[in-house]
Amino acid sequence: MENFILPLDRWVHFLSGITWIGLLYYFNFVQVPALAAANADKGGPGPAAISKYVAPRALLWFRWAAVVTWLSGAIYLQKFYSLHGAFTLGMGQHNPALTTIGMGAWLGTIMLFNVWVLIWPNQKKVLGMVAATDEEKARARRVAFLASRTNTMLSIPMLLFMGAAGHGLLF
Amino acid sequence: MNPLDTISGTIIAGVVLAFILTYVIKLIAGV
Repeated sequence: MENFILPLDRWVHFLSGITWIGLLYYFNFVQVPALAAANADKGGPGPAAISKYVAPRALLWFRWAAVVTWLSGAIYLQKFYSLHGAFTLGMGQHNPALTTIGMGAWLGTIMLFNVWVLIWPNQKKVLGMVAATDEEKARARRVAFLASRTNTMLSIPMLLFMGAAGHGLLF
Repeated sequence: MNPLDTISGTIIAGVVLAFILTYVIKLIAGV
């Protein structure tokens, strides 16, 4: 049974991780530029439909995929590596794979924090799910945007280190 | 200007960070 759980957990980690980061890239590479274009297009249909029908669904899958990714990753670390060893970057253990996957785990953990503490609460204000003044919405939009862009930036080394633990570093 | 305001700036910052952290990781791991 143990031999079945670990590959299953890894599979779930990949699936949920792709869902999470795929939607992160959707927000950054597609939705944000699309909203800007819709706002600038005075004769067009405007951004309302994206904000009402698309963004809440994308955010739902995004934030819960982040949780499943982190939990399945933590289980995998504990079973296959060492959760404590990874988060202490394998210091004193002379295990490069532990150090590498640990850096990936730290980056992923910072990203999960950004999703639930910075992006989601501020997006709720932006999308009108909680009451906010126009000034609060403008500030929430900026904080959510920068947190989302930070996660896009962090995802680049994060994916490098997640893969490098099993397949080798960049150089 | 904040590099995160543009998509290209975000990607370049991520790649630069990846190289820097690789050096750090190699130092910590002693490889």
